[in-house]
Amino acid sequence: ELALLLLTLGFSRGLQPGPRDDYEESAETERVFAASKYGSLWPLPQKVKISDVSFKLTGVTFRITDAKGSSSGASCSLLQNAYRRYYEYIFGGSRVQHGAEGRRAGPSVLTELQVLIVSADSECERFPAVTSDESYELTVDQPYAVLKAPKVWGALRGLETFSQLVYEDEYGAKSINSTTISDFPRFAHRGILLDTSRHFLPIKVILANLEAMAMNKFNVFHWHIVDDQSFPYMSRTFPHISQQGAYHPYTHVYTPADVKMVIEFGRLRGIRVVPEFDTPGHTQSWGKGQKDLLTPCYSGDKPSGSFGPVNPILNTTYDFMSKFFKEISGVFPDAYVHLGGDEVDFNCWKSNPDIQKFMEQQGFGQDFSKLESFYIQKLLDIVATTQKGYMIWQEVFDNGVKLKPDTVVHVWIGGGANEEMGKVTAAGYTTILSAPWYLDYISYAQDWQKYYKVEPLNFKGTEAQKKLVIGGEACLWGEYVDATNLTPRLWPRASAVGERLWSAVDVTDINDAFSRLSVHRCRMVERGIPAEPLFSSYCPREYKGI
Amino acid sequence: MEAARCVTFGQYLRPHFYLLLLIFLRNGPHTVEGVWPLPQTFTSSIERSPLSPEAFYFEYGSQSAAQQGCSVLDAAFTRYFPLIFPDYTGEVAERLLLDLKAPLAKVPVTTTIPSQWGLIHYLTRFYCIPDNLSVSARQASLNAETVWGALRGLETFSQLVYQDDFGAHFYHYFVNKTEIVDFPRFQFRGILLDTSRHYLPVKTILQTLDAMAYSKFNVFHWHIVDDPSFPYQSRTYPDLSSKGAFHPMTHIYTQSDVRRVISHARLWGIRVLPEFDSPGHTASWGKGQSDLLTPCYRGSSLSGTFGPVNPVLPSTYQFMARLFKEVSSVFPDSHIHLGGDEVNFSCWSSNPDIRAFMKKMGFGVDFTKLEAFYMENIVNITSALNKTAIVWQDVFDYHELIPKDTVLHIWKGTPASYQAELSRMTKAGMKVLLAAPWYINHISYGQDWHQYYNVQPLDFPGTEEQKKLVIGGEVCMWGEYVDATNLTPRLWPRASAAAERLWSDEKQTSSADKAFPRFQDLRCKLVRRGIRAEPLYVGHCKHEYQGV
Repeated sequence: ELALLLLTLGFSRGLQPGPRDDYEESAETERVFAASKYGSLWPLPQKVKISDVSFKLTGVTFRITDAKGSSSGASCSLLQNAYRRYYEYIFGGSRVQHGAEGRRAGPSVLTELQVLIVSADSECERFPAVTSDESYELTVDQPYAVLKAPKVWGALRGLETFSQLVYEDEYGAKSINSTTISDFPRFAHRGILLDTSRHFLPIKVILANLEAMAMNKFNVFHWHIVDDQSFPYMSRTFPHISQQGAYHPYTHVYTPADVKMVIEFGRLRGIRVVPEFDTPGHTQSWGKGQKDLLTPCYSGDKPSGSFGPVNPILNTTYDFMSKFFKEISGVFPDAYVHLGGDEVDFNCWKSNPDIQKFMEQQGFGQDFSKLESFYIQKLLDIVATTQKGYMIWQEVFDNGVKLKPDTVVHVWIGGGANEEMGKVTAAGYTTILSAPWYLDYISYAQDWQKYYKVEPLNFKGTEAQKKLVIGGEACLWGEYVDATNLTPRLWPRASAVGERLWSAVDVTDINDAFSRLSVHRCRMVERGIPAEPLFSSYCPREYKGI
Repeated sequence: MEAARCVTFGQYLRPHFYLLLLIFLRNGPHTVEGVWPLPQTFTSSIERSPLSPEAFYFEYGSQSAAQQGCSVLDAAFTRYFPLIFPDYTGEVAERLLLDLKAPLAKVPVTTTIPSQWGLIHYLTRFYCIPDNLSVSARQASLNAETVWGALRGLETFSQLVYQDDFGAHFYHYFVNKTEIVDFPRFQFRGILLDTSRHYLPVKTILQTLDAMAYSKFNVFHWHIVDDPSFPYQSRTYPDLSSKGAFHPMTHIYTQSDVRRVISHARLWGIRVLPEFDSPGHTASWGKGQSDLLTPCYRGSSLSGTFGPVNPVLPSTYQFMARLFKEVSSVFPDSHIHLGGDEVNFSCWSSNPDIRAFMKKMGFGVDFTKLEAFYMENIVNITSALNKTAIVWQDVFDYHELIPKDTVLHIWKGTPASYQAELSRMTKAGMKVLLAAPWYINHISYGQDWHQYYNVQPLDFPGTEEQKKLVIGGEVCMWGEYVDATNLTPRLWPRASAAAERLWSDEKQTSSADKAFPRFQDLRCKLVRRGIRAEPLYVGHCKHEYQGV
């Protein structure tokens, strides 16, 4: 059967290097495109066997149903919504077109995908967590295909995989090959960071990217919701912070209803929403609406009128933080909250006589990292009382702050990231990696390959240490990104990270990846995600937007 | 060519707006410097007047050579009305009129007007107050030599109008008293799009044309075919696209698509310059036209691959003559781009027939002579069709004896090398077009628009006469990594940096830092007009992009 070959895109033969282009084109851009034996699966499942036997699917006869004996049924709207979503993805606009031919299902027609949740608690009503079981087994065969998973989370991943197995034959009919797949993620934490402070991102954009995350089996939305530039989070307890600190108090804020919508939209796709409220640095926007929260900077012996990081020496600061994080722990159901703690500028603290006096009293000398640790320590204790775990950027660990054993240390500083991973895990903390995956740094040509080639466990350490690496995150910081360019800049570049975090360690063939990713990119485009091209080529259905 | 001497905007004031004006002046005046590219001379005052979309209309001046029925300006009025009044809808206006019981004796608006479109046609009147673009309390007038100048002036006027937050539901639009005299520094201000490496849907091209007009670009250089695909559907040689396009049905430009692009561009005052690049960059041509490309040899046998166009066969020139005859009738522009870049000689040199021809012609082993021979033939074909050729710099580098009216297009090198090239070419008396510093398909982190803005196109050794031969510049968006998903945010507003360099006075626009706030303002205006123009740095637009 030639079925798999038909998945190919129209890469022209005999591509020559770039057009009147004084850049040195790298050899890989001259690669001749060949279809992968894994079709367009992305990220590649752990175990895949695809046979040559193919079946047809038609929109009229095909159904996704709950299997007999499944612990999930019609009341589990998470799965019912997913069935509908994947049915739409698979058949799109073509179900009317090919309706007639499938009225009588022949032996070569696949009519059903049965979804079987085997564990007594399907977790349908719960929120996904770092411990969630995302494994599944998929068998595509006659008389029906079976997707078996312990929990709904695995079923969601398996539905995506099933939809990726479907392709169009030369007459445009939907086909799928007889296949068995057994799959589970290599890492439990597979995240995307979006920054809604440097630029406000409309809810619609966030939701579209949650959709794209699910297509790539990402499971954590790290919402860097506030920062120096703006505070769009509308707090119930402290509404004046966004009133004063957002770019605009009505049009550039996330209301409680917005936040709820994002969380539920994520949950329905097996995606956790981990909010980040970064302190004590990166807090300029907090100060506009919250008096006395930030440190007044001095020039000589007078306040200069500008403000620095959160003021760590006032009791009012900690009262505020207690109330604030109490609200946050109620609004965001995830077991973790990201507390930031990065890039604290000590100049303002140094300039302030009250801070200096406090340093003296505490015996900190001139070591302001001790003051930072003092603040963070108190903050961590506050957050611990809300029954949340916390994630922090690596500096907090580097500064020797005492951390709860379940703390996740987020490694972000490029150069020396491997050593840092070694140190953090040697100290017994779990960690996630972002340093090589700062996707806001763009460059010409196929930089996805650079992200793809990263091996997160490539540091010196014991097996036990490596087990402490629970995953990674692709970060798209917002200095140069907003609704106009976010989606094409993120996809499919983040997809490279998605496969690295999901697939087995030995999935490293860059040619095979190029082939699968090219088709996967077109699939995202067809599903309405403006994912940018990898190289000269075409998609059968180009992006419809402008 | 149509010519308009003056176009006027009329404005009926209502007392009601004067009161608001006073309130605002207490809050401090809005400083107007929001025109991009910066006009040549510009004086504005803090004195401002409100505009009401119900009372506003365009009309042709009585002295104007263009009058109603002039398709370019009639269409421009319709386009610019909603650009000047972005929130305004006819329905709301109707209600508003009734609510305010405004004195509209002179404006025959009836309550049955269904939409803004009906309204503007209805309000079109004729009268004229000669000037350049000048906006004063009651009326603005725009004088231009040609309709094309009037289009640029309309764009400028649309950028002068602003809104205040206060009372947004009353559509408070304002314009400051302003006098502008404006003209472009360079006559050729182009954008190249590449529809071969990725197919761009017609809708994407049309929107790019809109955005080009917002930055006063006036040439769409359509790099329509290349190695990867041949989407142009030729009526003479339909096989070229049926075999050479990515897909023969969905990834082609039909004759009517091309006509649509040309007529849309014309209404915005944009020329469409087609490029049919040969003899290199033609792999996709060979699929639908056998014997056009050179068969490459490995040793003494055919390798099965093909190289550039075969320059030794008479059939090649017969084919080219027919193809360019079609192209020159389909594309009305006086110029045609013939490419001529990056010819790979290894296939030619492998081919015994080519080598024999070289010997016969006395070219020795200098394949640049063969390329020059080919280009000369192609240029002769197009000049016989009354088209002026534009060619990439390679053609000049290899062969200085090309027809004097040919335009040379510089694409290579560092500033030092393209400056030297500018010198050489203009010294030889050739007209030159500069693209080298504006390859904006090359992306990098941060505010790379500075480098496009800081280009000094005439900074090369040469006489005044030589400098006059630089007819303009072009922003190139090659298509390897660009399709409908990401073209627009990569192009805008980065291309607009080059637009100001090509339009405005260089002395007045020498500082990127000074330009920055005005540039940010432009970016938000583009977003407001539905163009996915990406941000320059942290910040926000009052109206963010509403798509995904």
